Amino acid sequence: MKTAITADAAAALIPDGARLLIGGFMGTGSPHRLIDALVKRGAQNLTVIANDTAWPGRGIGKLISARAAKKVVASHIGLNPETQAQLIAGELEVELVPQGTLIERIRAGGVGLGGVLTATGVGTLIEKGKRIIEIDGKQYLLETPIRADFALIGASKADYFGNLEYSLTAHNFNPVIALAADVVIAEPHTIVPVGVIPPDAVKTPGVLVTHLLERAF
Amino acid sequence: MDAKEIIARRVAQEVRPDTLVNLGIGLPSLVAHYLPKDVHVFFQAENGVIGLGPRPPEGMEDPDLTDAGGGFVTAMPGAASIDSAMSFGLIRGGHLDMTVLGGLEVDERGYLANWMVPGKMVPGMGGAMDLVSGAKKVVVAMVHTAKGGHKIVPRCTLPLTATRRVSLIVTEMAVIEPTDAGLCLRERGPGVSVREIENATAATLIVEGEPREMALN
Repeated sequence: MKTAITADAAAALIPDGARLLIGGFMGTGSPHRLIDALVKRGAQNLTVIANDTAWPGRGIGKLISARAAKKVVASHIGLNPETQAQLIAGELEVELVPQGTLIERIRAGGVGLGGVLTATGVGTLIEKGKRIIEIDGKQYLLETPIRADFALIGASKADYFGNLEYSLTAHNFNPVIALAADVVIAEPHTIVPVGVIPPDAVKTPGVLVTHLLERAF
Repeated sequence: MDAKEIIARRVAQEVRPDTLVNLGIGLPSLVAHYLPKDVHVFFQAENGVIGLGPRPPEGMEDPDLTDAGGGFVTAMPGAASIDSAMSFGLIRGGHLDMTVLGGLEVDERGYLANWMVPGKMVPGMGGAMDLVSGAKKVVVAMVHTAKGGHKIVPRCTLPLTATRRVSLIVTEMAVIEPTDAGLCLRERGPGVSVREIENATAATLIVEGEPREMALN
């Protein structure tokens, strides 16, 4: 049984300088109330690891506009001119990682693997500084695991044990980042009694969830 | 017919029934409009749906159902929602039959550059590196030149997306197939001569006989 906390209480748990894994794809499936609370708290120097930075005024884009992040690890920042402007001005460090590599590095960090081998990026700028390992005559890059202090998850439904269900394209990074952080904070649209989410529909077992955000309305 | 429509109509002819196809955002996404009505295809949006459908009616959008550009979409009967690890497992693992991507440059080796212009534009690679590395067939859909500048060049000057030869280049002026011997001109755009194509192409083109004009319906 979890205790539901407010978004402000959750944001207060996250110190300045923390490394955050944040779910969402162009804002879809992001923990929007948690992000708003972090902006309201005036969080600083965060490292944000996520697929993208959405766009100004949307999801993770709000953290960028509030200059709450000192570093972003993402696959795509093309729809957020503010991220690109801060990058070009030297005010924000951005590490670009191919999307499939990013999710597998996070997965590796979450499931106890020492890294992954992928052909993605071989012969490109991405291979710089990485070990190339040949398996059966094919070249792969050794990509290292990613973990964070906190994972901030957007879910469709949670039950009192913290079991999570996701909807449609709001899955994206959420089920994977739930494994790769010391503290996992889940923000569900709705909270239902135990048993309402059938076991087959649970994508993130509640044992992974540290804190549950209270209901939205 | 404008350049984009010519390109989209021609690329649509490459789509085979009952395959899994990923269309990039922008020009490539137009391809879906020009498929014959009786051809069933599964479109993948790499943010997490197989069986992507058209835009929903105004006011009936589902905030949890968007495409890789963050725009509202629908899901077709028989669709599946997946997380990012599954989505890129499909892409990298050779389960994706075809991908259509935009391009900034393609060179005589058939290598694509489409994710950054150093110092000017850094959108990031998103899923492009994984798509080009992993899809069975890679089609580049782009206008032939950009503001008079060449895009089909002897060697890419921009950072590469992958060191894998793409399958086909489709522009409003030409269909070009990269081969071991180099770039083979396969088809001419409507009303375009071989001479005009060569003048608009910095790379050397291999021309065998008189390439036919694109058959657009």
